[in-house]
Amino acid sequence: MYYTSIFTDYFKTYLKTRMTYRADFLIEVVTDLLFQLTNLFFILVVFLHTNSLGGWSIYEMLFIYGYFMIPYGVFTCFLNLWSFNERYIVKGEMDRILTRPAHNLVQLVLENMDPASLFGSLTGFIIMGYAWFHLDVSFAWYDPFVLQLMVMGSVLIYGGVYILITSLSFFSDSPTGITPMIWNIQNYGRYPVDIYNKVIKFTLTWLLPFAFVGVYPASFFLDKDISQGFALLTPVVGIVFFSIGIIVWNIGVNRYKGAGS
Amino acid sequence: MLPMFSAYIDMIRIRFLMMLAYRVNYYSGIIIYAINIGAYYFLWKAIYGANETLGEFTVLQMTTYVAVSWMARAFYFNNLDREIANEIKDGSVAVQLTKPYPYLIFKMMQGLGEGLFRLLLFSVPGMVIVTLIFQIELPTQFDVWLIFMVMIFFSFLINSQINLLTGMFAFFVENNEGLMRFKRIAVDLFSGLIIPISFFPGWAKGVLEWLPFQAITYLPASVFTRRVVGDAIYNAFIVQVIWFLFLSIPIYVIWKMARRRLVVQGG
Repeated sequence: MYYTSIFTDYFKTYLKTRMTYRADFLIEVVTDLLFQLTNLFFILVVFLHTNSLGGWSIYEMLFIYGYFMIPYGVFTCFLNLWSFNERYIVKGEMDRILTRPAHNLVQLVLENMDPASLFGSLTGFIIMGYAWFHLDVSFAWYDPFVLQLMVMGSVLIYGGVYILITSLSFFSDSPTGITPMIWNIQNYGRYPVDIYNKVIKFTLTWLLPFAFVGVYPASFFLDKDISQGFALLTPVVGIVFFSIGIIVWNIGVNRYKGAGS
Repeated sequence: MLPMFSAYIDMIRIRFLMMLAYRVNYYSGIIIYAINIGAYYFLWKAIYGANETLGEFTVLQMTTYVAVSWMARAFYFNNLDREIANEIKDGSVAVQLTKPYPYLIFKMMQGLGEGLFRLLLFSVPGMVIVTLIFQIELPTQFDVWLIFMVMIFFSFLINSQINLLTGMFAFFVENNEGLMRFKRIAVDLFSGLIIPISFFPGWAKGVLEWLPFQAITYLPASVFTRRVVGDAIYNAFIVQVIWFLFLSIPIYVIWKMARRRLVVQGG
């Protein structure tokens, strides 16, 4: 109840600030979407020249692509801590957060939340629906529920990995440049992992499990037996990584001493 | 002329040293490029599958194209548009205008310092590593390397010119963030970095041939992968030179107009 009212207040503030500059807001939403759609463009152009990518058809690829966008949108909406080090550690804003009663991570999430990125999720859902319509796969009554479970698992994986990376700021004063690196790696996850070599496949499955934010969970609905077993692991991997992220974060917060200025 | 020239050399040198000071960005940058090259390498391998050629490219040409395009990008890429827009927004451009050198050339020199840094400490070692790990084919003739070097210098010029134009737009509108983002997407997509232009459908190819973006990645990378040989190399180079000269005109005109209407808020 307490957190609901905080959420509402933050959300109102968000709307007020964004609606002050409506044109900027619109441009940002559109360009963000276009950034993501460049990869869609890649898939469409490539399939003008071939009809299978490592055994996957264009609609299967589009389905994975659409799925990939859904948890990504939810993640950027709530758990995007991209500029944490600069804003909260270097400028000392973390002091302000820690003096307040609500849990520090909740405050950070609410301060940085960006519901506009849910447009990306919606677009992804439409692309996925379009691809599904063209695919000849069975539809079970439990599919919508499984989808929710998968998306939740994927969001937790994003959350866990990025909270873990972000909490490194508590242990090292200088920026590590690790976040943009991870961000680039996550894009591997939207293509079938079988096309990569063993090292990358292993990394994407167990170390930085970005195969679980795209190809594995999506293949559950595509009746592809090669990765269906992995698909069901998505929520488990999500919970494990999110827990690790939170634990390391809390250790980090305890070590935090302030920037001193 | 001569003292001016040494001033330019210093601008390049200072930016070069500045880049050296921020080494963290350098290390993570190398890894990011390696990741991108690796991802596209395997992706294209899978796309080719059993096919020998696609979109006028052989597999070997394609993997070479991917590697060399990203390495060239390390050299020509810069954030001049953002730097200029920020200086216009915070008013510091007014101070820059009082300096005894042309502001836009000063910015270009800074961009060149940044590019040279990445070329020497990043693209060259990166290319060696990529050659060892992946199957790619480097040109064996010395003159191909030479013309390629000249061509990526023009890639830098044209890309920077486009950045100058996008950045200067901040003189006329209060927020050119959207334009800068569109530009970035356009350069990555239409320059042939993500997909070579020969893969595009016919109508799109026709349009892109009349835009400056192909001169940034597609033309030099085509020369490097030996898809373009003989006299056609000079044609590709002339296209770059023409775009360089042509883009200078709007830059000059807009700069003249912008200086007249510059209003520094607060300063």
